[in-house]
Amino acid sequence: MHDLQPMTALGGDAPQVDTFDHVTITENDGLALASVAARMGHEKTCHTTLKKLLGAVPEPGKAVLHDPEAGFWMGPDQWMIGAPRETHELLADHLKERFGDTASITEQTGAWVCFDVIGPAMPDICERLCAVPIRRMTAGDAQRTMIHQLGCFVIRRDNPEHIRILGPRASAGSLHHALITAAHSVA
Amino acid sequence: MTQVNRLPGGQIDRSQSCKFTFDGKAYTGHAGDTLASALLANGVRLMGRSFKYHRPRGVLTAGSEEPNALVELRGGARQEPNTRATTVELYDGLLAKSQNRMGSLRFDLLAINDRFSNFLTAGFYYKTFMWPAAFWEKLYEPIIRKAAGLGSLSLKDDPDVYDKGFLHCDLLIIGAGPAGLMAALTAGRAGADVILADEDFVLGGRLNSETLTIGDQSGADWAAEVVAELTTLPNVRIMPRTTVIGAFDHGIYGAVERVSDHLYAPDAGKPRQVLWRIYTQKTILAAGATERPIAFENNDRPGIMLGSAIRSYANRFAVSADKRVAIFTNNDDGHRTAADLHAKGVKISAVVDVRPDVPRSLDYEVLHGEVVNTKGRLGLTFAEVRLADGSMRTLECGALGMSGGWNPNVHMTCHQRGRPIWNDAIAAFVPGAELPPGMVVAGAANGDLSTAGALQGGATAAKRALGLKGRLPKLPETGDASINLKPFWYVEGCSRAWLDQQNDVTVKDVKLSHQEGFRSVEHLKRYTTLGMATDQGKTSNMGGLAIMAELAGKTIPEVGTTIFRPPYTPTAIGVLGGRHRGQEFHPKRLTPSHKWAEEQGAVFVEVGNWLRAQWFPQAGETTWRESVDREVLATRKSVGVCDVTTLGKVDVQGTDAADFLNKIYCNGFAKLAVGKTRYGLMLREDGIAMDDGTAARLAEDHFVVTTTTANALPVYRHMEFVRQCLFPDMDVQLISTTEAWAQYAVAGPNSRKLLSQIVDQDISNDAFPFMACANITICGGLRARLFRISFSGELAYEIAVPTAYGDALIRKIMEAGAQYDVTPYGTEALGVMRIEKGHAAGNELNGTTTALNLGMGRMVSKTKDSIGSKLSEREGLNGEGQLYQVGIKPIDPKDPVPAGGHLMNADGPVDAAHDQGYATSACYSPNLGHAIAIGFLKNGADRMGEQMRLVSPLTGVDVKVEITSAHFIDPEGERLRA
Repeated sequence: MHDLQPMTALGGDAPQVDTFDHVTITENDGLALASVAARMGHEKTCHTTLKKLLGAVPEPGKAVLHDPEAGFWMGPDQWMIGAPRETHELLADHLKERFGDTASITEQTGAWVCFDVIGPAMPDICERLCAVPIRRMTAGDAQRTMIHQLGCFVIRRDNPEHIRILGPRASAGSLHHALITAAHSVA
Repeated sequence: MTQVNRLPGGQIDRSQSCKFTFDGKAYTGHAGDTLASALLANGVRLMGRSFKYHRPRGVLTAGSEEPNALVELRGGARQEPNTRATTVELYDGLLAKSQNRMGSLRFDLLAINDRFSNFLTAGFYYKTFMWPAAFWEKLYEPIIRKAAGLGSLSLKDDPDVYDKGFLHCDLLIIGAGPAGLMAALTAGRAGADVILADEDFVLGGRLNSETLTIGDQSGADWAAEVVAELTTLPNVRIMPRTTVIGAFDHGIYGAVERVSDHLYAPDAGKPRQVLWRIYTQKTILAAGATERPIAFENNDRPGIMLGSAIRSYANRFAVSADKRVAIFTNNDDGHRTAADLHAKGVKISAVVDVRPDVPRSLDYEVLHGEVVNTKGRLGLTFAEVRLADGSMRTLECGALGMSGGWNPNVHMTCHQRGRPIWNDAIAAFVPGAELPPGMVVAGAANGDLSTAGALQGGATAAKRALGLKGRLPKLPETGDASINLKPFWYVEGCSRAWLDQQNDVTVKDVKLSHQEGFRSVEHLKRYTTLGMATDQGKTSNMGGLAIMAELAGKTIPEVGTTIFRPPYTPTAIGVLGGRHRGQEFHPKRLTPSHKWAEEQGAVFVEVGNWLRAQWFPQAGETTWRESVDREVLATRKSVGVCDVTTLGKVDVQGTDAADFLNKIYCNGFAKLAVGKTRYGLMLREDGIAMDDGTAARLAEDHFVVTTTTANALPVYRHMEFVRQCLFPDMDVQLISTTEAWAQYAVAGPNSRKLLSQIVDQDISNDAFPFMACANITICGGLRARLFRISFSGELAYEIAVPTAYGDALIRKIMEAGAQYDVTPYGTEALGVMRIEKGHAAGNELNGTTTALNLGMGRMVSKTKDSIGSKLSEREGLNGEGQLYQVGIKPIDPKDPVPAGGHLMNADGPVDAAHDQGYATSACYSPNLGHAIAIGFLKNGADRMGEQMRLVSPLTGVDVKVEITSAHFIDPEGERLRA
């Protein structure tokens, strides 16, 4: 075992939690992420493996909220797979073993910051952040959008008051600032 | 003075008093008042001075179309100029000042301009300030700007914040008058997602200003009841205080919600305003109509208003414009105003009607004639009337209502180049056939000026927009009547009759414009400035068009309208900017070592959105050069470390990955062995160098491509374009991993010794030679990547770990390197070392240079086809006289060799025709003890040792220099292979 301690995207030893009366914004530091892109000519096999892994192949604009691995559509024949980091630190390696030469797998854990926004004010906050039709989205909807000029993914979770936002990790501070500002705005 | 003009009734909340000041004087109004209604209630008619002539002006309207009653609202940093008193919701503590005056509002010294009105006609700037030309900017313009204008800025930072937001709906309804409310009710009950937006703080539109009934209740009560029902519908979002400002492409509308303008100050964290972007399938425009004034001599005195405004003030705000009111009308609306006021006990001096068949009244006098002039220095006192039989009458009155008919608010129908069409029945433009996609127009905005028509139109529009089946709901009865209008625009023989009261444009100005040849309506607008004020001519344009039509012998529709453009009402720049200001203007990108670098006191530089450590000052260092020199010398002497995470990284996978790289790089990659890295140069299609970097082959079907920091995005975009559009049959998958890996350059003769303590593998020169790469582990098991590449020219590595471990790794490197005095270095030292080594960067890859210019002509493979390779062979890019990258050093070591300087022959003229080349990058080399530069020189490869001049006539530089190899340090590359 190595002795290097990871740092959260916001620069802390532990994930940051911001609690308001109407919403809680939690830095989710527990996700392992890897992208899966089907190799040409192997799409069907890739889909089959994906289905075995998640229970279904995420359609465009959709996520499959499977446990422990979940996934959402990122582009034509391209998906992001997520799983608890605690149990799936080497998610990319595991996926490579499962998909073999049918897909290109790329580790993405370090590329993203993840925030869980949970509370009754979530839709109001979301409306101040990005152009996704948050009130029309249902569990499993996943949209690519811009938040504070940052390319992000917004995923509607099972809890109707919960969205998960994935944004570029290097800009975690700016994204967090935008979330907190929006939370104050709609308080 | 205590609300001398306050009437009984109205919709104000008399239980809530609001104290406010205007020009320092204290007044009291009520919740539900606007600033204008509260001032009128207190007997204040004089509210401003006009733009050019500084004529005394009062309120003209009761809505957002107001041209006159513009005030500076609030104080200190929150001062906001040009605010319409007619839309300012009164609150306790409100502070307002009149604007555009020298002295007090009553005794404005610049009112002298009015005496010189004969000289200040349309186009007087262009005619008068012709010469000398130099005087315009320095003399004329400052004087004119001081003498004419609007409110003043506080010149302090706005302490308030503004938000942006995004909404989606099936149906956007613009305007909550009878048509809008009926549409919302129909659509809301049908279950559609509806947004109902209205600029007013009370919904109902004209229903709140009229005494008509709907069913068995007043219009205002009906509106309140409908709003109450809509509030219970979860699918309807009601947005009062929200002005839809524009209809944009793809069903997108802009709307400004005034969240806190009606408060003394916004609540903590709350925005003052929100700019909403509304995405809608369908839109119903129910924006109502604006009443037209009539032009006659001196029709701008305080107290002269639109008839509908007088009615609004009386019925909604319980305010009489004055004790005595006269009416000048060309339709029945004027009589409605008189009747409403009379019922409230206001003395009607007379109703003057231009129509021969004037309706009679038992309650007040009705005259057939025209108002031809008015009197009163700071406010109306008398109106002079010429009766139909030619006799004259003088009416004593403090207020005069003008009713010239109604203009449907078609603005939003024209925001995508649609043009309105003329409707003879109401003598006004109505929406044309070409509307923004998905828009339906209803009510007065559609030319239907009756309440019954508005209700019917609203319901029908909702059905049509949503494709609802079945019959319309039963609509309530309304007490309605036609207005029987006779078109009448201005009184014959008048000259100083005001059309555009905000920009001081008169009937005479329009005639002058026509006389001087400005006959297109667009030319008229610009020459006279008619309709160019902040109100966009909502009360003035039609009058101007009518006069133009008469002068040109055309009909009004033949003259046409000017183009309607967003925003519908003045919009603060602050709300357009939203949260993107100051430090939040754009997001920041922080490197994995940022926290650690901050602890070291690093000085940061913005590189795009990245913040990179520029240098790390140490105690005793007084200039940046001292820090940078130390970092360079320490790195070359022992070992240094630099965060290079910002370099773009693109993961390239697939069975055709190598062939793909062969296409995007001009040099070969197909045969690159697994475990090896190669420098690559990308060309544009035209053969010019695009970017450079390395590609590391981690597996047969897996490469990691690096790009320069600046070009990370453009190169990734280019690669995607090539993959998707040029070679769609290749099995290649791309994804950016720039932020996924924290990457550090560890450079210097002791770099291997340092890293050997961290990595778990053998990295001896034999096991891990120059340009090797590998997936490795470090510190007992953490996955990492190691590349033996060098930008500094030293023995060097780049080591990468998942970003979360970046902070830990830099600390580990510093700890392990302590025995070697490991030195962190920033972008400045990085730059110095790459110039010393002669490596090209952004200054050299400047969009004009080729591989040949960069000294890499031979890299362009002739044995394969790659992007740009063919066009790089163009005759003009090759052969005699081409630029080659060279090194430049001063003959006198004390001289600078600044970048941007041009190389000239040692003897000969210094001019563009004899230009030999230029310096692109320069620095002080602490290793050499003098300044150095790299640059491009004609036939440079053959001119080593030549003495030249480096000149910059603009900055006074003229230095004797010697041309050298661009590789100032270790030209044989022995260090990096050690």
